Amino acid sequence: MIELENVAYSYGGAELLSDISLKLAPGSFHFLTGPSGSGKTTLMKLCYGALLPTAGYVRLFDADVRGLGRDDVAMLRRRVGVVHQDCQFLDHLSLAENVALPLHVSGRSAEAAGDDLGDLMHWVGLTERMAALPPELSGGERQRAALARAVIMSPDVVLADEPTGNVDWDMSQRLLRLLVELNRMGKTVLVATHDLSLIRATKAHVQARVLRIANRRIQLAGADL
Amino acid sequence: MFSRVLHSDAQADRVVPPSGFTAQLTLFASAAMAFLAVFALALSLAAGRLAEQWGEELARSATIRIAAPAEQQQAQTVAALRILETTRGVASARALSDEEQAALLAPWFGTGLDLDALPVPQLIEVIETQEGMDAAGVRLRLAAEVLGAVLDDHSRWREPLVKAAARLRLLGWASIILIAAVTATMVTLAANAQVIAVLRLVGATDQYIAQAFIRRFTLRALIGAAGGMVLGMIAVLLMPSGGDETASFLTGLGFKGIHWIFPLLIPPLAAGVAFVATRMAARRTLEGLS
Repeated sequence: MIELENVAYSYGGAELLSDISLKLAPGSFHFLTGPSGSGKTTLMKLCYGALLPTAGYVRLFDADVRGLGRDDVAMLRRRVGVVHQDCQFLDHLSLAENVALPLHVSGRSAEAAGDDLGDLMHWVGLTERMAALPPELSGGERQRAALARAVIMSPDVVLADEPTGNVDWDMSQRLLRLLVELNRMGKTVLVATHDLSLIRATKAHVQARVLRIANRRIQLAGADL
Repeated sequence: MFSRVLHSDAQADRVVPPSGFTAQLTLFASAAMAFLAVFALALSLAAGRLAEQWGEELARSATIRIAAPAEQQQAQTVAALRILETTRGVASARALSDEEQAALLAPWFGTGLDLDALPVPQLIEVIETQEGMDAAGVRLRLAAEVLGAVLDDHSRWREPLVKAAARLRLLGWASIILIAAVTATMVTLAANAQVIAVLRLVGATDQYIAQAFIRRFTLRALIGAAGGMVLGMIAVLLMPSGGDETASFLTGLGFKGIHWIFPLLIPPLAAGVAFVATRMAARRTLEGLS
């Protein structure tokens, strides 16, 4: 599904990541952890084609990212749902329209997705807030909205980069439960977080593997978590 | 391509912020620029008209002034007229009558002037044919045969006036180009980078994003410019106009006849500028995004 082979990435000559090999199998749940600045976000970006590796190969859905045109990348984004820590919306559109935005830009009618949208908003607990504008939302509401937007196209993979960065513990757990549910529905999930207690709390509910970035390389974290 | 791009897609249009600072900036800037463009256009056209008029009127006439002792004046006038009769390029030449000369002097000396009491030079009005006369040749012949005659072919007046009018016209056109450039810059500022980034993130193609922006901003520029143009034309219409005799440059500022069509071209032109500017701005923003 997503495959990295001996990948390296350098910013301005300094290597941030080196010799990373990683394979996200369909239906797997991975955590990605490491101190801030260790390259978690960079690795996530490599996984959805926002960055190209400076060495090695990245294959997304069996296609080499270097061979993808801009439209191919756009199509790829429809199969990979991404949630950012500071998720951005179109501030002039209602929450419901923002969540449905991926449908609109891919030419699918919003009406056809009407029921799905309602179910989805119910699932993330934002039914009451559907008409609100993004600037009116709390941090937790924004994160849940971003998650809803990331999955409305029914992607095969969900990538979440510090989705709990701006929210309290209860909301963090709630978000993670949503991600675990998605994984149970068969989605491949990768969550980057520096919050180890969150990983421990989640591991009770899902068969998750924990990847740790240390010294520019990736390691499979053991039972010490 | 224009029609394909402008083909309405209400859903796609929604992704471009419909109100707020950037939208109003585009509308207002296009309106203000169109208003200015109407005046720059009026200035250019009026300057052009004036240059043509002056050039033509003054170029086709000349004056000979004969300042001689009273007893010789008559003879010299006849001699000068004879020379002019045989000069190529002279359509007609006639000595002004005393009454006409008195009328010319009236603004300075009043109407009760007795010309005989003053040594007033005799004036000969020369009307040239289309090809014009050889002023230097005429001067030489006059110098040889009519001592008191001085030819004034008006070039001393004409050249700086025509030059000034031509420069003014150039300034008018330069203003219009500047106005178009400023409009383009304003539109470029309005291309909202954050909106483009969000759209790209959720899987919109470059084409979809560019077209949504182009459509919105082209329409806004068109509407704004149309409003500004109407206001500008009303303002030009309200300018006081002078009579033909006294028509000075200021009162002649406006559109005449077919020239009224030119300001109508401003809104489509503004839309064209917005189209190109938005496209370039969207492309540039998209190039910075993966």
